[in-house]
Amino acid sequence: MSAQHPLQFVPAAEFKQRSVDATSDAHLRQSFRGAMDFLMAKRAAQFPDDASLQRQRAIAEAIRQYSLARLPDLLEQLERNLTAKGVQVHWAENAEEANAIIVGIAQRHSAKLMVKGKSMVSEETELNHAMEAAGIAALESDMGEYIVQLDGEKPSHIIMPAIHKTKQQIARLFAEKVPGVSYTESVDELIGIGRAVLREKFMHADIGLSGVNFAVAETGTLCLVENEGNGRMCTTVPDVHVAITGIEKVVEKLEHVPPLYGLLTRSATGQAITTYFNMIGGPRKGGADGKGAELDGPKEVHLVLLDNGRTQAYADEQMRATLQCIRCGACMNHCPVYTRIGGHAYGTTYPGPIGEIISPHMMGLAATHALPTASSLCGACGEVCPVKIPIPDLLIRLRGEATHEARPGHAPLVGQGAARSALMDAVWAGWAALYTRPALYRAFGWLATRFRFLTPPTQSGWTVSRTPLKPAARTLREQLAERRRKTH
Amino acid sequence: MHREITRDPRPKDVYFFATCLVDLFCPEAGMDAIELLEREGIAVHFPENQTCCGQPAYTSGYADEARAVAQVQMALFPEDWPIVVPSGSCAGMMRHHYHKLFADDASLKAKADALAERVFELSEFLLEVLAVQWKESSTGRRPTTVALHTSCSARREMGTHVHARALLDSLPGVTVVTQSHESECCGFGGTFSLKHPAISGAMAGDKADALKESGAETFLSADCGCLLNINHTLQKRKDAFQGKHLATFLRERTEPAGTGDEA
Ligand code: SF4
Repeated sequence: MSAQHPLQFVPAAEFKQRSVDATSDAHLRQSFRGAMDFLMAKRAAQFPDDASLQRQRAIAEAIRQYSLARLPDLLEQLERNLTAKGVQVHWAENAEEANAIIVGIAQRHSAKLMVKGKSMVSEETELNHAMEAAGIAALESDMGEYIVQLDGEKPSHIIMPAIHKTKQQIARLFAEKVPGVSYTESVDELIGIGRAVLREKFMHADIGLSGVNFAVAETGTLCLVENEGNGRMCTTVPDVHVAITGIEKVVEKLEHVPPLYGLLTRSATGQAITTYFNMIGGPRKGGADGKGAELDGPKEVHLVLLDNGRTQAYADEQMRATLQCIRCGACMNHCPVYTRIGGHAYGTTYPGPIGEIISPHMMGLAATHALPTASSLCGACGEVCPVKIPIPDLLIRLRGEATHEARPGHAPLVGQGAARSALMDAVWAGWAALYTRPALYRAFGWLATRFRFLTPPTQSGWTVSRTPLKPAARTLREQLAERRRKTH
Repeated sequence: MHREITRDPRPKDVYFFATCLVDLFCPEAGMDAIELLEREGIAVHFPENQTCCGQPAYTSGYADEARAVAQVQMALFPEDWPIVVPSGSCAGMMRHHYHKLFADDASLKAKADALAERVFELSEFLLEVLAVQWKESSTGRRPTTVALHTSCSARREMGTHVHARALLDSLPGVTVVTQSHESECCGFGGTFSLKHPAISGAMAGDKADALKESGAETFLSADCGCLLNINHTLQKRKDAFQGKHLATFLRERTEPAGTGDEA
């Protein structure tokens, strides 16, 4: 598996090979197809009325756009209000800075064990590696994350990290890696085993880490959406809670949360609401004279706000829409490419359509330029995206940026023009020369039909699984001319 | 997506934009589409200088090249007639993307917007503008079962999957069956099929399987790109099951209600 592969640099060429391997893996194909069918059906059942869905999407889009339009102000407001409630706010420009901040907090507390709720941003920074390097154990407590961590893997889906694994694989993994456990395929028993291990760890952990789904600026509230209760454990049991999130997750008001939350859970897992919705408002309150002191909750709460390329997307009017994302995963569930290659083939923290449009900002186009090309532009992602991100348009835009210098007046992206090739420039220049000169084009059609017997038997990627394309005996325009001659 | 269309006055003339794929690879579909229009009493004008809508370059990120080609096409339709396109994909390009290509040039943008208003996908035009009334032709009497594959642009940009389906549903003796994962892409995607042959081939293979398993005698599509993709995949497997263009099927099975004789 791509288990120990460092994911912060993913050469574009490797994506292609991984996608080839994945499509020829019948087992993988079948399991992703089944899982995605299940998730699509669950989502569809939540939106029986399309008109209502479209209204909700319009509202959610408006909220996200409004929040992004005021992002710098909202972030400052968030910091002010959180600080007033005793939360320590940190800013990290990149993954290394974020990890250093968190390792620093852990070291100050001489921490030995960190328990983690599900946080894709901590996957993005590869926090676990940094913690391990500092000699601090970092244990995933979301069941899916726990499973992939146990197997030395990365999540293959942002909502369902272990969706690529079968029951049997998990049973074998537990029997092998969890002391004193024997092989069982009972899902209830497997979950029970995981729970027992994790319960014990929660009690001894020095630090809890979580992600954030929505950060409310006006009230200084961090909202966390989850189903297993492990998020609540991570954020309340250890003495120190560290939350990490991308800078785009902020909204202005509490009332902006419910419309987004309702679409998030319905789009993601087809749930009308999750089992847990945590609203974190700061560390336990002290009570100055020892009276009225709160008896539980973390003594210290930190928030790490991560940029990691987001400001590059933010700076561009069109690409800013990328940051509207609420990480529901619906775009991957509905993506025919993701369905066939699975999440690991992308080699990025965020796979599927959202990964294709956001990874270039996080990792640069040199490493990621193949990703935006891995789409037939079928539009299924844009159709289901609850915040109406025009994903296909952004894919086209990134294809252009990867193959061209920055346009005048535009700041170059990291890795701008990385896929530029003199050959492709010439191919498209030739294409344009042909299709802008009708007489030449007609001559081409005439020749192509007359010499159709010369059609090459292999035609680039086309003939890998198809017979060659062969021009008709006569073009349409010739047939029309012929018909005119006959009737006049 | 679905737009309001006025039927009055019924147009006497239309432009026909064949698309480069129909011109070179599926001309019979173009001829059939033209016949479907002409037999409704419409004069079909074929601008000789048409080439390609520009979509391949546009979706590959070569906007300048796409713009140059699009501009040549935009100059081809001086009269205020509808422009009928036998492809949801190319119609989608002209209706929904031309204006984006010319966003920086007010006068070209205005032209693109005006052109978009006049672009129709064939089945949409037949149903919404002409409100065609057909009866079965002599070859249309044999009962048959068909599956319909709708291109992604037709479905998600143009909303014309409903028109193709409605036309088929109106034909006596034709049973339309639905293949599994009906709304999923066939994997063509223009240059995507060349760049990522493994992924594209996997999608095309699954689509071919679904269409075959639907039990249909043949399958239809209003897009030549999808047809080439799926048919050539089936041919590679030496499978005789092949799809045809919706226009061809409609032309074969029907004739205008007011003409001919039943004898
Ligand atoms: S891009 Fe849209 S559909 Fe995809 S994860 Fe983000 S919000 Fe969900």
